[in-house]
Order: sequence, then C-alpha cells, then structure tokens
Amino acid sequence: MTQEAMTMLPEPVRDRLVDESPLAIRGLTVSYGEKPAVFSVDVSFRAGKMTAIVGPNGAGKSTLLKAALGILRPLSGQVTAFGHPLDEMRARIAYVPQRASVDWEFPARVIDVVMMGLYRELGLLGRIRPRHRARAMDSLARVGMEGFATRQIGQLSGGQQQRVFLARALAQGADLYLLDEPFAGVDAATERAIIAVLKGLRDEGRTVVAVHHDLATVPAYFDRAFLLNVTAIAEGPVAEVMTEANLRAAYGGRLGPAQQAV
Amino acid sequence: MTGADFVMLSLVPLVIGTLAAIACALPGNFLLLRRQALIGDAISHVVLPGIVVAFLLSGRVAAVPMMLGAGAAALVSVVLIEAIRRLGRIEPGAAMGVVFTAMFAGGVLLLEQSAASGVHLDVQHALYGNLESLIWLDGYGWGALVDGAALRGLPPELMRMAVVTLVVVLLTALFWRALVIATFDEGFARTLGLPVRALSLGLVAVAAAAAVAAFDAVGSIIVIAMFICPPAAARLMTDRMGGQVAWSTGFAVLSAVAGYVLAGYGPIWLGQSSAVSAAGMIATVSGVILGLAALFGPRRRGLGAKQGG
Amino acid sequence: MLWQALTLGLGYNATLVTLGAAMLGIAAGATGVFLYLARRALVSDAIGHATLPGVVAGFLAMVVLGGDGRFLPGLMAGAAVSAGLGLLCVSWLTARTRLHEDAAIGAVLSVFFGAGVVLLTVVQGLDSGRQAGLETFLLGATAGMLRAEALSIAAGGAAVLALVVVLRRPMVLVAFDPQHAAGQGVNLRGVDLAMMGLALAVTVVGLKVVGVVLIVALLIIPPVAARLWSERVGIIVVLAGAFGGVSGYVGAAVSATAPDLPTGPLIVLTCFALFALSLLGAPARGVLAAGLRHWRFQRRVHLRQGLLALASGQPVYEPLTLRLLRRRGLVRADGVVTEAGRARAARARLDERRWQMLRSLPEFEAASARHDGLSPLSEVLTPDQLVALDRHLGPEGTV
Repeated sequence: MTQEAMTMLPEPVRDRLVDESPLAIRGLTVSYGEKPAVFSVDVSFRAGKMTAIVGPNGAGKSTLLKAALGILRPLSGQVTAFGHPLDEMRARIAYVPQRASVDWEFPARVIDVVMMGLYRELGLLGRIRPRHRARAMDSLARVGMEGFATRQIGQLSGGQQQRVFLARALAQGADLYLLDEPFAGVDAATERAIIAVLKGLRDEGRTVVAVHHDLATVPAYFDRAFLLNVTAIAEGPVAEVMTEANLRAAYGGRLGPAQQAV
Repeated sequence: MTGADFVMLSLVPLVIGTLAAIACALPGNFLLLRRQALIGDAISHVVLPGIVVAFLLSGRVAAVPMMLGAGAAALVSVVLIEAIRRLGRIEPGAAMGVVFTAMFAGGVLLLEQSAASGVHLDVQHALYGNLESLIWLDGYGWGALVDGAALRGLPPELMRMAVVTLVVVLLTALFWRALVIATFDEGFARTLGLPVRALSLGLVAVAAAAAVAAFDAVGSIIVIAMFICPPAAARLMTDRMGGQVAWSTGFAVLSAVAGYVLAGYGPIWLGQSSAVSAAGMIATVSGVILGLAALFGPRRRGLGAKQGG
Repeated sequence: MLWQALTLGLGYNATLVTLGAAMLGIAAGATGVFLYLARRALVSDAIGHATLPGVVAGFLAMVVLGGDGRFLPGLMAGAAVSAGLGLLCVSWLTARTRLHEDAAIGAVLSVFFGAGVVLLTVVQGLDSGRQAGLETFLLGATAGMLRAEALSIAAGGAAVLALVVVLRRPMVLVAFDPQHAAGQGVNLRGVDLAMMGLALAVTVVGLKVVGVVLIVALLIIPPVAARLWSERVGIIVVLAGAFGGVSGYVGAAVSATAPDLPTGPLIVLTCFALFALSLLGAPARGVLAAGLRHWRFQRRVHLRQGLLALASGQPVYEPLTLRLLRRRGLVRADGVVTEAGRARAARARLDERRWQMLRSLPEFEAASARHDGLSPLSEVLTPDQLVALDRHLGPEGTV
C-alpha cells in the first residue's frame, strides 16, 4: 500500500467521482435500528450489461437498490449516475418496484399506470397528446399487454401486474433500468416475456440491474452478477463471480442442493 | 315556506353546508386511499385548542385570527404525530390518538379556565357548529340575489367557505397527476423526483384548511363525516380515480342538501315543532349513503387477483 | 385544597369518584395494551363516539316509560348497545367491503356521533329534556354527582378491573404470538371479543367521568407510554395500568377542587404528561436514549468504513468519516495517514478478512449469523476458535 494511495484528496466530492458508470455506489451503509442491512458497499454497474444482484434472503438486495435511489435514507455513502449526482439524472433512470409494494385495488386502469411513466415529460398539467398515448400503448405491446389497456389493475394476475410495471418503466424511455425482484411470484410465460424485453433493452445499449433470488437462472438470464450479503462479496461476469468460494461467502453453509448445482 | 323565507333562512346554510362538504370530500379521497382517513378526525379535534389559543392571544372572537390559530394547530398536530411516530417508533394510528386527544383536552381546559367560555365560544359549538344561525337577513326574496345592497349583507362565513372551496378544487386539479402517482406508488414517485413528502404535507395542509373553514360554519362532526363517508361510499361505486372523485362530490352534495332539509323540515313533517341539528343530520345522511353503497355498490367488494398469466 | 383532594379529603362522593376513576384508569390502561399491540388502538375512538346516540336514546326511552331519564345505569346500558352496534358496523364494513379499518372507524364514529347530536337536539326540544344535562356526557363531569352515580362508577371501575385480571393470561398470550396461542388451544375469536368487550366496558363506565370525546385517550395513551419502557408484554400491561390509574386518580381528584376544572381533560392531560416524560426519558425506546445510541452507532459505522477504506488504499469521501479519523489522530490534518491510523486500519482489515472467511465455513454458521459489518470478531469467537479460523486464512489477497 503506497503513501499516495492512502492520501485523501481535498477537492469537493463530486469532482472526484470520475466514475461514468450508470450507477456507482460508494460506501453505502443502510441500517434499520442498530443492525446494518447493507454495510459499506462499493459497486459500479457496467453500462450496456445486464447485472443480477444476488444474495440470500435478508442480504439487503432490495435495501441497496432503494437506498441508491433515495427511497430509503442511508447512514452513509454516495451514489452517482452516469457520473453525475443521482438527482440530476432521474430522467435517465427507470425503477420497477416490487409488485407487492403497492395496493392493486387502487382505482386505476392499466393505461393509467403506464402513463405514470410519462410524468417527467408531461409535468403537472401537460396535455396528453396522441403521441404520448401511442408510446404508452407501444410499451404495453412490448410486454404483450396491449389488449389489457382499459382493464382495471386489480383484475390482473400477478404476472400481468409485473408486466404493467415493466411497461411503465419502458414508457420512461430510460437508459438505466433498476428492477426489484421482477420474477417474484410470476408465471413462466411472464418470466420469459420479461427476460426477452430486458435482453432487448440491453441489445439497444441500455443498462439493466435486477435484484434476483434464483441462483439457477442467473447464468442464462444475466451477463454479470453482484453477490451481496450485507457487505459486497464480488461483482463481475457471471462465471467469475459465481464460484464456490464466493457463493459460500455469500450463502455460508446455507447453500441448498439446487443452488449448489450452479 | 315561501320563497322569501327560504332565501332568508335556508339558502345560505344550504350553500355553506354544500361547499363545506365538497371541500372536505375532495382531499378525503386521497386520504382514504393513503389509509390516512383518520387524519380528518385528528385535524377536526385540534381545531378547538387552535381557536382558543387564538382568542387568548388576540383577545377577541374574530374569524381571521381564529382560522389562523386553527390552521396552526392542525399543522402542529400533524408535525407532532409524525415526530411521535418516528421518535418513539409508534404505530401511526396510536400516535394520532395520543396527539389529538391531548390537544383537544388542552383546548377544553383552556376554554374553561379562561374568559373565552363567557363569550360564545363553547365546546358544543365546536363539535356541531351552528349552521342554522347563518341566516341572510337582507335576503328578502329571490330578487335579493341580484341586489347589490342585499348581497353585501350575506354572512361572511359564506364568502370564506366559497373561497376555501375554490382553492381546494383548484389545488386538487393542479396537483392531480402528482398526487395520484405519489398515492399509488410512493417509491416510484420518489424515483421520478417528485417531492413526495411535500405533497403529503400539502395534502394535509389543504385538508386542514378545508376543515378549519368548514368548522367555522358547521362544526367538526360534518368535517369528519365528509372527509370519510362520501369518498368511502364512492370507493364502492367505481374503479376509476376520476369517477371516485365525481361520485364523492355528488354524495357530499346529496348529504348536505338532504341532511339540511331533513333536519329543518323533517320534524315538522312528523308533527314536531322544533328542528334538529343540521350538522348531525348531514353526517347521518352521509352514513346512510355509505351503508347503501356498502350493501349495493357495484364495486363494494375488492377485485382480487385472478389466476393465470 | 389540592392536597386534600389528592389524599381523598373532599368528602364521600369525591372519594368514591376518585377511586372509581383510578380503577377505571388501571383497567383502561391494561385493556388498551392489547388493542395497541393488535394495532387497533383507534377502534376505541369509534366505540367512544358511538355511545352518544345510545345515551340519548336511553334517556328518551326512560322518559317515555315514565321514569327519570337521568338514571345512570339506564344511560350506560343505552351506551353499551349503541357502541356495540358501532363495533359491529366497523367489523362489517371491514370484512364485507374493500374499505380498510381506518375508514370504517372514521365513518362509524362520525355518523354515530352525528346521529347522537340529532337525538340530543330532539331531547332539547322536549320539555323534560331541557334540564337533562346530557351535554355533560360529551366531556365528562364529576361536579354535582349523585351518590348513586358515584357508587355505580366505583362499582363499574372495580368490575372492569376484575375482568381484566381474570382475562389477562389468554390476552397476553394472543398479544405476544397469536399463532402460538391458537396452537395452545386459545380461542382467538373469543379473546378478540373479550378485548372489544373490555374496551366497551371501560368506555361505558368512563362516559360520565371522562366523556364521549376523550374516553379513547384513556385506552390509547397509557399503553403507548408504557410501550416505550419495555419489550415485554407483562411489564407493559402493568405499567400501562399504573399510568392509567395515576391519571384517573390525579385527574378526578384535581377536578374536584374547583368547578371549572373538567374531569375528562384533566385525566387526559395527566396521561399525556406521563407519556411525554416516557417519550423523552424511557431507557428502552425513549428519544434521548435512542438518539444517543443512533449517534454512537453512526460514528462507529463511519469510523469502521473509514478504516477499511484506508486499509485498501481508497480515498475517503465523507466529511464525517474524515473528521472522525482526524479527531482520533488516525489521519493528519493534511490527509496523510498516521502510524496509529495504519495500525488500526490493518486491524480492521484483518478482522474483515476473518469475517469473510468465517462466513464461508459451514462450521461457523452460528457465528456468521451475527455478522453486521461492525462487531470485532474477537467479541464473537473464543480465542481458540480464532486460532482455528486463522488456520484457514491464507496470506493477504487470497481470500
């Protein structure tokens, strides 16, 4: 360790963060009460790739995402997006929350929810024009839900709800997509549809980061993986990250047979 | 009853009651969906200490200082509830119960201890207002509606309620889109950069303004009932946000008109001589509407998710 | 005068009412704990307001039957019936429609109260109703109370308290862990019914003293205050009972000293004062203690993160982290790491590597559950275990 490396630079924080990554997290700690849910995590997600955030239950995967987006307040840490403070880059980021985080009895139709993705363009009072409607319908078509536009959201199945959330994110036309457990409790057809859409986004050069709980499908679905269990374990191409040593460090002795088969 | 009697005695209370019902029902729709329905309950209780303190500070029974005092008390209560909830990690309903009962108790004690109790400030008035007293002495008939001199004699409560209702309607329209998003999905709203916290504080502030203005004319029972019953009944009628707000406005107007008419004329029809409390009757009618909606409303049961992809 | 009141020296009636209010307060506080733990504290607000039409209807019924409308037990019976109806409406609206409980509570309390006010104006229109004094039920009053009324309040308070004592065991079981209680053969529906019944009884007995509008406070504030002191149900119940009892006693006694000191508000404000003290000072969840803990915790986190950053040669960005490192002499003012800083950083680094290793070893699974990024491993493992762990640890960089 050299003296130079240990010297701290005096300039203001934002000039030092030369990281151009779509989402760069530095020293992020989030704590509920006195137990850190996420501790001192450093990670930069690679542009134009699909990255899975993987770890056991309670590893802080969703917490990391929410704190990075400012939905939860972290105890410490900085987050930049595309090399700028996150708040300046909101227009380029789309977030797909966990399906269970909202009340699906809310009085709204599918199209109303998708149009929420256009809020930054429309503002408070902007008129909804045919092109906005067309974009919302196009987003719905990409997830195979164009026939459900006027359906009440409470009438949808779990998989359909998840697709509507994804369509809302697509309508935002963002460069970075952050998804929290997009495959939780959805049917196989929806899972395939969602992964196809996400791969399409990646092939357009956009960045996808998803919290994912199923180790077995990581290699097939994702380019890269970020192993997390309160602290960061490893980040990199799936094959390099999902080594036995790393998985043990993340899952400890709790690695079930199905997961060991990876 | 002749047209002249109606204009003089009933027109103004009817209009004020209707405006108050609309002003409370509009923010009530969002409070209901945010599961903060009881905020209206809390606000309408803390209005009492607000006006008592305002009276003690200003030394007179005047509308403006009292409305300011009531508004301040409403905001203090909301901040206190939030502080207690966070600091003590106490469930929101209980935090609310602690704050509004304590503030109401403080208000009553101050009222009894001070000279305020002697100058037509009293707890009954705070609870069920005095809608019937808002008569238009210059309202000699329908012609008075286009007579400038007569119009100047309108009770000031009418103008205040009208202005507040207009402001509530305009603010609801202006922030509609943002409010709907933040109410449906707060986390997503934050990632859009929406000022989620300011929005929910703003909503409570608007609710407080509506409560304070309505309280001045009609007392706190109507306020609580109108915050909750019309939106709740509307929730059982439709699955569209716009539709819900429209239904709730209709129910609010219906409650106010039917309640006022029943209170004023119902006992006469039954052979009694004296009218009953209009505020109480309006609340009762809104409850009957909610009961009917709960029995027969097309959307009374939740939708429930269907199976399959 | 005040001292006389607090030592029960103001006559037989005042003493009866004060003791009754104290017993009522104990019962209310203890009952409220179960409502609070079930997250249904505000149901009691609906119960309180829903008594009003019953009180007035009871009065009307007794007048129609030719009796004295003010007969307290009769009014209490009316209150119990309409509050029970209100409770039924709350659970019906919650179970049968898509509305949530908060909306059902608000709807019931405002509509029942509105109907009560309508009936109240009917009574005021009657000749016999002018002197009824039913308005005192809104805010409670003990002044000018008849001996029979004082007796029924004292008896009611004692009866509710006895019920709480009898029913405490199943209610504690359910409050602590409903599933486990059901497994033990406790009838959950029965306990729920008992809980609501007790809340209703407290409300009805307390009506005359505390009033329709404020009775809810006696069921909510003592439990919330008690919760700040302890994590154990049994202790919370006892504390809440004590807070409620003190409030009832002090409030009723003080109110007896002067005619313009209404009882209900005094009881509620005494409650609130106890709550405010608890919120500030309680060692378990009080604001001061929690604030201090959070302050210390945040500093621990920042210091640890700073040390780990130093150890791996990364720059430290956060101003707070930098300040902490400087203040402890681990980093010089110009940002260069000191000798002591290097030593501490190396120790933190070693600890972190040990943790990493430990978490990948099945034999340390129990210990790895205690991983929080902060605790030094030496606090978790015995020296022997540390030695065993270090055997797995290769040279730096091969973790």
